[in-house]
Amino acid sequence: MMRTSPARIGLYVISALVLLYLILPVLIIAPISFSSARFLTFPPPSFSMRWYQQYFANPAWMQATQVTLTVALLTVVIATPCGVAAAYAISQSKLRIMRVIHMALLLPLVVPIIITAVGIFFVYAKVGLVATMPGLVLANVMLGLPYVVISVLAGLQSFDPAQEMVARSLGMNRLRSFFAVTLPQIKSSVIAGGIFAFISAMDETIVALFISGGQYQPLTKRMFTALRDEIDPTIAAISTLMTAASFMLVLLASTRQKKSG
Amino acid sequence: MLVLVSPALLVILALIVLPVGWLAWQSIYHDGFTLENYRRVFTEDIYWRSFALTFEISLAVTVIALLLGYPVAYLANSVPKGWSILILSLVVLPFWTSVLVRAYAWLALLQRTGVINQFLRYLDVISEPLALVHNTFGTVVATVHILLPFMVLPLYATMQKIPGDLMQAGASLGASPSLTFLRVFLPLSLPGVLAGCTMVFVLCLGFYITPELLGGGRTVMVSMLVSRNVELYNQFGAASAVAVVLLLSVLAIFFIVSRFISLDRVLGQK
Repeated sequence: MMRTSPARIGLYVISALVLLYLILPVLIIAPISFSSARFLTFPPPSFSMRWYQQYFANPAWMQATQVTLTVALLTVVIATPCGVAAAYAISQSKLRIMRVIHMALLLPLVVPIIITAVGIFFVYAKVGLVATMPGLVLANVMLGLPYVVISVLAGLQSFDPAQEMVARSLGMNRLRSFFAVTLPQIKSSVIAGGIFAFISAMDETIVALFISGGQYQPLTKRMFTALRDEIDPTIAAISTLMTAASFMLVLLASTRQKKSG
Repeated sequence: MLVLVSPALLVILALIVLPVGWLAWQSIYHDGFTLENYRRVFTEDIYWRSFALTFEISLAVTVIALLLGYPVAYLANSVPKGWSILILSLVVLPFWTSVLVRAYAWLALLQRTGVINQFLRYLDVISEPLALVHNTFGTVVATVHILLPFMVLPLYATMQKIPGDLMQAGASLGASPSLTFLRVFLPLSLPGVLAGCTMVFVLCLGFYITPELLGGGRTVMVSMLVSRNVELYNQFGAASAVAVVLLLSVLAIFFIVSRFISLDRVLGQK
């Protein structure tokens, strides 16, 4: 149907340029992180691991990494069961209020994050949760919930609830039939939702800027402060590691989702 | 069933509904009811200039993202499956890179001693490095980069639903390819255009990290106004009022758009 008309060639060229624009920044970081130069030079003069050594030898960066990983793991552990329970209830119940609740659970995606951050800061200041671990985890649970809910709801859409009815008619109670019949079939979307919540917590910056402090500062907050002051290639090393971690997790999540069909 | 949603709902109520409500309350109450904060937001220069700048930048970012995103979505829609998967993966690849990491990458690319300036000097196109970052230009380049996937994905989803026979019907009735595109394909893709533009515009209104790191302190967007009023000046009431006006703008846009297309279409991405 399509011949290679001039318009078509133009389309190819424009699209190729746009795609280059999209991936160039992602590709530029890794070479910088392996450069021996103190300042940004491209191409790098010679290969070096010094920025990685600086990252791993610096106690402040290591502490921040530990905070980030702890927060992200706790976020997944709390947000996943809450999100699965909520998604299950929303898909099964015919109550009208569930539509409103469904919308409410997606609020973190709608409200500009800067507003959420400042609001949480004021509330935390009143109850003494600023610069604490529980405060940081709770905020990330809230931000991660929509990803779990969306992913699990999508998984439940292709699940036939009649199967659970059968299990219950055979004498299982609701809880057992959920764990024995429903959960195994939506397992992949549950895992994918959990992984997205993990990535969301790992990358979260703005709320952390306002509510974290002292020894409980995640990696992103320290990176932000470092970027505002001076550009240090250590950040390139950390960025490369973070990007590699995200990509592996996304790959894991998408193979999971494919399996669930 | 209500028991099952209650933990999630509790988290949402305590950590987003209550904080936003608190902001709204704080914006009108300080030892008694007052509209002083809103008077400042709407009359003082620094506030409305920042709002105007934010809307201008968001509009520019949306238009650029549409102009760049439409051809990519169109191409992905018109090539064999394997190619479209490749194109879409390249589109979502940066999506999964932290915004902070990408801000760093743009600094590395655009600064005076950065990759682009060095390359242009090597080619002898310029003799002095160009000021590509720490200004509005750098902010827009990096913001479009971050928001482009939010434009391409809804466009592609809408284009996928346009039946290919319609184009053939147009051609068989004697219309040129450009005429079938303009009269058949383009109008049918408009819901996707609206969904993509809404998402990009609304997300851009609240952008914080990118203008803060790449704007060089001169491009003061509304989000920075909020954070400065809190962190530097302790003007909690003013910060709250700015936040409320920003939130109301976002909700108003969603409300208007929902009259034309289903909001699921706008929020369904990601």
